[in-house]
Amino acid sequence: MATDTPSSTESERFEVPPLISSLLGNRRILVGLTILIPIVVVALLGETVAPYDPTAQHVADRYAGPGGQYLLGTDHLGRDLLSRVILGGRTSLLLGFGATGLALALGVPVGLTAGYAKGRLDEFLMRTMDIIMSVPTLLLGLLILVVLPSDIINVVFAIGVVYAPRIARVTRSATLSVSEEEYVMAAKARGESSSYILFREILPNVTGPIVVEGSVRVGYAIMIGTSLSFLGLGSGPPNPDWGFMIATARDHLFQTPWFLIWPSLALLLTVMSTNLIGDGLRDVLDPRETGDHQ
Amino acid sequence: MNYFYLVKRTAIAMISVVIVASAVFGVTTLLPGSAANIVLGTEATEETIQQVNEDLGLDRPLTVQYVDFVGGVFVGDFGESLISGQPVSEMIWNRLIRTLQLSTVAMVVSIITAIPLGIIAAAKRNTITDHLVTSGSYIGLSIPSFVSATLLLLLLTSPPLDLFPRGGYVPLKEGVIPWFHHLLLPAFAMNTVILAYVLRQTRSSMVDTLESDYIRTARLKGVAERSVLFKHGLRNGLLPTVTVLALNFGWMMGSVVIIEEIFAFPGMGEFIVRGIENRDLPVIQAGILVPTIAFILANFIADIVYTLLDPRISLGEK
Repeated sequence: MATDTPSSTESERFEVPPLISSLLGNRRILVGLTILIPIVVVALLGETVAPYDPTAQHVADRYAGPGGQYLLGTDHLGRDLLSRVILGGRTSLLLGFGATGLALALGVPVGLTAGYAKGRLDEFLMRTMDIIMSVPTLLLGLLILVVLPSDIINVVFAIGVVYAPRIARVTRSATLSVSEEEYVMAAKARGESSSYILFREILPNVTGPIVVEGSVRVGYAIMIGTSLSFLGLGSGPPNPDWGFMIATARDHLFQTPWFLIWPSLALLLTVMSTNLIGDGLRDVLDPRETGDHQ
Repeated sequence: MNYFYLVKRTAIAMISVVIVASAVFGVTTLLPGSAANIVLGTEATEETIQQVNEDLGLDRPLTVQYVDFVGGVFVGDFGESLISGQPVSEMIWNRLIRTLQLSTVAMVVSIITAIPLGIIAAAKRNTITDHLVTSGSYIGLSIPSFVSATLLLLLLTSPPLDLFPRGGYVPLKEGVIPWFHHLLLPAFAMNTVILAYVLRQTRSSMVDTLESDYIRTARLKGVAERSVLFKHGLRNGLLPTVTVLALNFGWMMGSVVIIEEIFAFPGMGEFIVRGIENRDLPVIQAGILVPTIAFILANFIADIVYTLLDPRISLGEK
C-alpha cells in the first residue's frame, strides 16, 4: 500500500484526502503496522539476525529452558527455538502474502469481467465461484495438497485458489456499482477495448473494497496455511514452520510448554496485526461497508 | 412460496453436488498418476501402480468410472476402504453423527457465550468492560483453532486445573454428563473464531439498535434498562448473528478436522486425517464430499427458510 501512492490527479478523482496520512491516522492501522513491520523485517533478515542455524541440533542442550544461552530455549532435538521462530515467520508470511497475491490475481479479473459483462457470463462465473466456495476451505486445501506434493509453492497455490472466489465476489459487487458511471460510458463511446475499460477505468475505482478484502484474507491465509502444516501438509521438516512447530510441541505439551508458547505467540501477533490493518483499511477506504450484506 | 424458485434452487443444489463430485473425481483420479500418487506416495513402481489401478477399478473405461462415482455419491456409495475393506458409507455414519453433536454443542456454546458478552459490551460502550471484551474478541479472531485447542489442553487438562478429559468421546447413552464433559472443551476450542465474530457482530448491531429512536422512546417511557437491552436489543441483534452462523458452517467443517485430530475425537475430521495418513483414496474422497454436501444442503435449507420468512425473495429474482 505505502509504496503505491496514487498521483494527485487520481486522488482528486477518488475524492479522498491525502491517502497515506489518513491511513496512518487510523489507530488500528498504526497499531497493526507497529506489530507487523518488526515481524516482517526480522523474518526477512532471517539468518542474519537468528542467533543459531535453525536446523542445527545442539544435542547436549536439548530441552533447554528459556533464558540463558538460548533465549527462548531449545526443542527436543536441541534446535534453538528463537531461530526457528524467526525463520518460521518467513514461511508464514510468504504463505499469507503469496496466497493472497495469487487470490487477487485470479479473483480480480473474474470479478471485473462478471460485474462488467453482467447477464449469462456473470451468472456462469459467479455460480462457479459459489461452487468452489461450497467446499469448506480447509478441506479444499487438503484435497489439493493430497494430490500435489506438499511444498510451500503448492500450499500457496492451494490457499490462493481457495480464496480467489471471495475476492471475485467482492470485486464483482464493486464493479457492478461503478459500471454504469459516466466515465465508463464515455470510454465505451470512445470505442475503448473491454480490457482497457476493465483495467484502466473500472479497476482504479474499485480498489478500495479489493484492498480491504485482500488485507483481511492475509490473516486467514496464514491461519489456513499453518493449519495445513499443523496437519503435516505444509512445507515440511526440517524447515522451520510455525504450524509444524506447534504440531511437534503437542508431543511435549505438559513437560515443556514453551515449545508451544513461542510459535503460538508469533502466529497470534502476526494474524492479529493483519486483522487490525484490515479493519483499519475498511474504516478508511470503505466506510459504508459493514462486512455483512453485499 | 414460489414454485419456480423452489425448483430452481433445488436444481442448483443438485448441480452443485454433481460438479463438486466431478471435481473430486477429476482431481483424484484423472490427473496423471494422481490416484496412484495418493495411494502409494512418490515411491511407486510400474507394477504397484498397475495393481492399485486394478484395485480401484481405474482400468475400466473413464465414462464407466465417472458415472459409477457420481451416481454412487447420490446414493451414498463411496466404495470400500483400501485399508479395512469396509464400505466407506458404513464407516462414515457414526462419525457423522458424532461430528454433528460436536458442531451443535460448539454452535450453542458460542451463541450462549458471545451474545450476552456482545450485549454487555454494547451497553457499556467505551468503558473498561467494553475494551476488555473487544480486545479479547480480537485475540479470539486471530487465533487459529489448532492453537487455541492446544493451549486449552495445556491449561485445563493438567494439574492444577485438571477440569476436562484430554480427549475421546463418550456416547450419549452412557449419560448426558460424561458425554457433555467430553464435548465441552473441544466445542469451545473449535469456535474461538466464530465466538469472537458473533460477539463483534452482536456488539455492533446492538450499538446501532441502542441509538435508534424506538429504544430512546422505550427508555423515556421508563422501561427498565435490562428489559430494554434484552427484549428490544436481542430481537434486533440476533438476526445478523444467525446469518453469520449459517455462513460459517463451512468454516466449522474445516475447523472440526483440526479439533478432532487434537482431541482424538472419533468423528469425520479424524476420519479424513486418518484417510490422508493411510493414503486411503475412497476415504479421502468421502471425507471431503460428505461435509461439502452437508454444507450445500445447509445453504439450500437456509435459502428456503429465508424465502418462507421473507416473501420478497420468493419472486425468483435471485
